[in-house]
Amino acid sequence: MLDLILSIYEIPVINILVKIVAILVPLLLTVAYFTYIERKVIGYMQVRIGPNRVGPRGWLQPIADAMKLMFKEIIFPSGANRVLFIIAPTIAISTALAAWAVVPFGAEMVLADINVALLYILAMTSIGVYGVILAGWSSNSKYAIMSTLRTAAQVVSYEIAMGFALVGVVMAARSLNIGDIVQGQSGSGILGWYMWPLLPLFVIYFVSGVAETNRAPFDVAEGESEIVAGFHVEYSGILFAIFFLAEYANMILISVMAALLFMGGWLSPFADVSFLGLGSSFLAGSSIIWLISKTVIFMFLFLWFRATFPRYRYDQIMRLGWKVFIPITIVWIYVVGIMYYAELAPWFIKG
Amino acid sequence: MKYLTQFFNSLFLAELFKGLGITGRYFFKKKITVQYPEEKTPQSFRFRGLHAQRRYANGEERCIACKLCEAICPALAISIESEEREDGTRRTKSYDIDLTKCIFCGFCEESCPVDSIVETRIFEYHGEEKSDLYMTKEKLLAVGDKYEKQIAADRAEDASYR
Repeated sequence: MLDLILSIYEIPVINILVKIVAILVPLLLTVAYFTYIERKVIGYMQVRIGPNRVGPRGWLQPIADAMKLMFKEIIFPSGANRVLFIIAPTIAISTALAAWAVVPFGAEMVLADINVALLYILAMTSIGVYGVILAGWSSNSKYAIMSTLRTAAQVVSYEIAMGFALVGVVMAARSLNIGDIVQGQSGSGILGWYMWPLLPLFVIYFVSGVAETNRAPFDVAEGESEIVAGFHVEYSGILFAIFFLAEYANMILISVMAALLFMGGWLSPFADVSFLGLGSSFLAGSSIIWLISKTVIFMFLFLWFRATFPRYRYDQIMRLGWKVFIPITIVWIYVVGIMYYAELAPWFIKG
Repeated sequence: MKYLTQFFNSLFLAELFKGLGITGRYFFKKKITVQYPEEKTPQSFRFRGLHAQRRYANGEERCIACKLCEAICPALAISIESEEREDGTRRTKSYDIDLTKCIFCGFCEESCPVDSIVETRIFEYHGEEKSDLYMTKEKLLAVGDKYEKQIAADRAEDASYR
């Protein structure tokens, strides 16, 4: 019996499907509970306690929300382009999930170990904007189209800063493969991570990531006090839920990428730090637990930002993107170049 | 110099970190939420909730149909009709308060010379149709009979301030 299962698992298609399920099921569960944690964390920061009625401590809240959205009617606005109206959330969710194909969870744990993984992720997050644009355009609504225009301009601006920030990482690691980038940060524990030589790029990457996912304080795309809910005003039921899923999947993707590219991914912060004397114990070893805990830090930052900062004005967003972030990244790329030729240890040693 | 410090403050996001510090501190503070159906906030004895009509200890209704409450009611929620009872006293034939009009200002209670119409602490009532919120004399007297103890205690506590 076991042999039979193993031989079925050897079939490439089955093998890949199993891996996809192994990535997507935990991811979607995380998304569901991320919404619950978000409400709890923001509640706590506002001296409230957040949802606590459905199930013990409110643990069933995301399931109740999902059930409600599934059974709600999908309303098509009059004058809406029905085909695009349905395609838009499909694009949003498929790109948000497809990007996860190249995300490594360990030295060998990766679905598609491709050499241009970083470019692929940039491409996928960029295509995701089409979902937003099509949603706003096809709903035949003033507010939706307004939000679409804002989103398009914002995401284009911040993609440049984000791309430049990633150029620094690529220069340091001399590879676009995410596994290689993580390996490039190994060797001296927490000091070996790229967040130290690339600190400005690291900050800019994460802030641009917040802007890319249209989260507070860059949420002019949703701007509930100005344009109701932005591009998904006209969406209801499961189509709305899909946008929601895509947004949160993207947030987790940005967090996991920040952990992988700048904080050494699955590498332990205590690895190869001899004076601690941890040797080869569990704390010093690489494991997915390190990756998850680093990702959780960034996911928490998303919520913390949302609870703290008021929304940027539109011209301030543009100023920050074009006149602050892009110049800083360009300057720092030169600095990285100098560090590269100086072979600054421990990050830029030529292998 | 001032310009320079401002430039570095904004470059290193000083104010933003200050803001994060505040929300971060509140994250660990004691939460002030009151879990409503299980927990309730303390109520004043002057709370102005559902209306009631009171009786004297011998069971005689207090209201003498002077219509002061009807006259003072700013929302015109009270309507009274009076008649002469067999024993020659003036009494109400009907005494209606429309709770959908009432603004719970408490003027009726203030104006009443015999402390007949009062507002109780009850605020958790509902009506399944509009007429359920139309309080007739019978309903008002029933509320008064049911909560007389609480009503009397609240009036006694307030008496020293009057």
